[in-house]
Amino acid sequence: MNKQNKYIALKNKLTTLFEENKNSIFKNEPQYISNLRNQAIEKFNQLGFPTTKMEGWRNTDLSKALSKNYNHFISSSRDNVNIEELFKCEIHNFDTDIVSFLNGFYVNGDSKLRQMPDGSVIGSLAKAIEQYPEIFEKYYNKNIQSDKNAFVALNTAFAQDGLFIYVPDGVEVKKAIQMVNIINHDKNLFVQNRNLIILSKNSKLTLVQCDDSINQQSSFNNSVTEIFVEENANLDHYKLQNLNNDSTLINSTFVHQKSGSNASTNSITLNGGLIRNNTFVKLSGQMCGANVYGVYLMDKTQHIDNHVFIDHAEPNCSSNELFKGILDENATGVFNGHVLVRRDAQKTRAFQSNKNILLTDTASIDTQPFLEIYADDVKCGHGATVGQLDNEAMFYLRSRGITEANARLLLMYAFAAEVINKISIKPLRDRIDDMVKKRLRGELSICDKCVLHCGSPEKEIHFDIKI
Amino acid sequence: MLLNIRNLHVSIEGKEIVKGLDLSVNNGEVHAIMGPNGTGKSTLAMAIAGKGDYTITQGEIIYKGKNINNMPPEDRAREGIFLGFQYPVEIPGVSIINFMRTAINEHREYKGLPPISALDFMEKMEEKKKLVEIQSKLTNRSVNEGFSGGEKKKNEIFQMAMLEPTLSILDETDSGLDIDALRVVANGVNKLRTKENAFVIITHYQRLLEYIVPDFVHVLYDGRIVKSGGKRLAFELEEKGYDWIKNEQTK
Repeated sequence: MNKQNKYIALKNKLTTLFEENKNSIFKNEPQYISNLRNQAIEKFNQLGFPTTKMEGWRNTDLSKALSKNYNHFISSSRDNVNIEELFKCEIHNFDTDIVSFLNGFYVNGDSKLRQMPDGSVIGSLAKAIEQYPEIFEKYYNKNIQSDKNAFVALNTAFAQDGLFIYVPDGVEVKKAIQMVNIINHDKNLFVQNRNLIILSKNSKLTLVQCDDSINQQSSFNNSVTEIFVEENANLDHYKLQNLNNDSTLINSTFVHQKSGSNASTNSITLNGGLIRNNTFVKLSGQMCGANVYGVYLMDKTQHIDNHVFIDHAEPNCSSNELFKGILDENATGVFNGHVLVRRDAQKTRAFQSNKNILLTDTASIDTQPFLEIYADDVKCGHGATVGQLDNEAMFYLRSRGITEANARLLLMYAFAAEVINKISIKPLRDRIDDMVKKRLRGELSICDKCVLHCGSPEKEIHFDIKI
Repeated sequence: MLLNIRNLHVSIEGKEIVKGLDLSVNNGEVHAIMGPNGTGKSTLAMAIAGKGDYTITQGEIIYKGKNINNMPPEDRAREGIFLGFQYPVEIPGVSIINFMRTAINEHREYKGLPPISALDFMEKMEEKKKLVEIQSKLTNRSVNEGFSGGEKKKNEIFQMAMLEPTLSILDETDSGLDIDALRVVANGVNKLRTKENAFVIITHYQRLLEYIVPDFVHVLYDGRIVKSGGKRLAFELEEKGYDWIKNEQTK
């Protein structure tokens, strides 16, 4: 079967799955959601999976990932897992409220949706549809451009569960919320979770989103996160990605900011077969600040693709993009930063930067910073670098007695540290710092001592992975 | 003899810069190497420290009785060779503390010693910082990043003090320094002088030698040492200028 046919095979399989399981997919949900699903599957059918012939996917080839056989569950397959054991997480001095997902479904036992003492609501998206129908309807799918994006359409058609957070007016959530999304199954899985995060006016939230896999099974995770940051609200968002080499993650994040709000997202990609991070930020009020940061450390035949689109629709906003990556062996990468400054968005300040180190001749990066400006009174800049480790710095370190291997480590770490240092919560920064060091030393395995320090699940799991 | 260089030829990208140089240094001695620009002073320093693109085509560098021609730079450092750079490299993201601690532990590992304790390390830092009169906050910063010329050179002397080398080669450590920084650098060297360790001070001017009194002065010209003498030679050079050497050579 050629590439194209494989794409179609999976596409047909998914659309058939949708048609045959409509009853359980639509079960107990309001009509408007079912309508959205029907429209979305139709859209997906039209668009099909993106190929390398399409702009935006030219350098990210999904054919291998899409040609595998996946199982797609419509409902949670293992409700009886011992949650306490699977998601025992500790980051020293870093107290978080943990919300756990296994294979895309919420697993926090009985209390699927918790109302915190401060009034914020945290838990399962499926439950939120029932319990908070008005909030849900007001926001769900409202900041999505699914008419061009097959993955988002596919997610909208199928998504059954995910993280729901609602922070009321003026509430500052003290503890960070940590979403732990683990994929662990004895068959190849196709997972689609959907997250809806709402920060009302003057509220504040720190969200840490972790994607981990436990075993070596192939998986395809098509995740969509919608985030609304209302007037003067403040979001600090981290994405930690530590997946096995046979996993594919398409991570689409839509951030919608109102006036005076600030949102910072930081993607830290430590491992994964193929990872595509789509980050869309819409600044639709004045005096907004948006930071989109990322760091990626890839090797073997891993592939990382960071696509960022920042839409400056209003005046007096600022945005900052900084992505840094180290690619080793045959790893490949893509950076595409697109900043759109609309005609009315005067006094915009927008900067983007992508810096890369290639450790071998066979590693490659395709980087494309891109500014599209229609306003005339703006301050914008972009830059991209691709290079090797600095020879002069290497010799300087070695001339002090530091071995070549350690000198390389120090320089690679120093390179990545610029992004790590932007993590504002110190215990989290220290922990990620540790992980980055381990990753660079080649000591990081996908679960052992991951960011989360997860305890081992009940059944025995082997870590003899090829890292 | 600590260092014995015999008939050394060094090329960079196929171009010969050092052309048959001989130099002997004993423990406890201070040697000054002077000479006009572009005669091979820095090349000599880099070759002793072991920089990769400096190819030794002939001759040998004997250090502590061993030929070190092919020794990697980190091993030379751990055997006690230190190079104070003419242009210290900026390394954003690596703090001086982390840098020095890594270096010291590598030296200790080489000698079969356990890593230095945090407390001992901090004490040592404080002691050496006083010695070279560098500000406390400087060591929390990234290596040389945004340092002034003087700060960079002081930082070199600080690293030398921390690593306690047997043979220190200071490559134009005085260039670009004001008189106060020069005094600090010279004081640092003088305090670190012992009967055991030796210094090779590469300088363009005689000025530094008013503060660090050398036992021997050598003049490097066209890749060779063409004149050697006592400290008086430095004054003579200052008086007559390098044209004196050039004229003598062309005769």
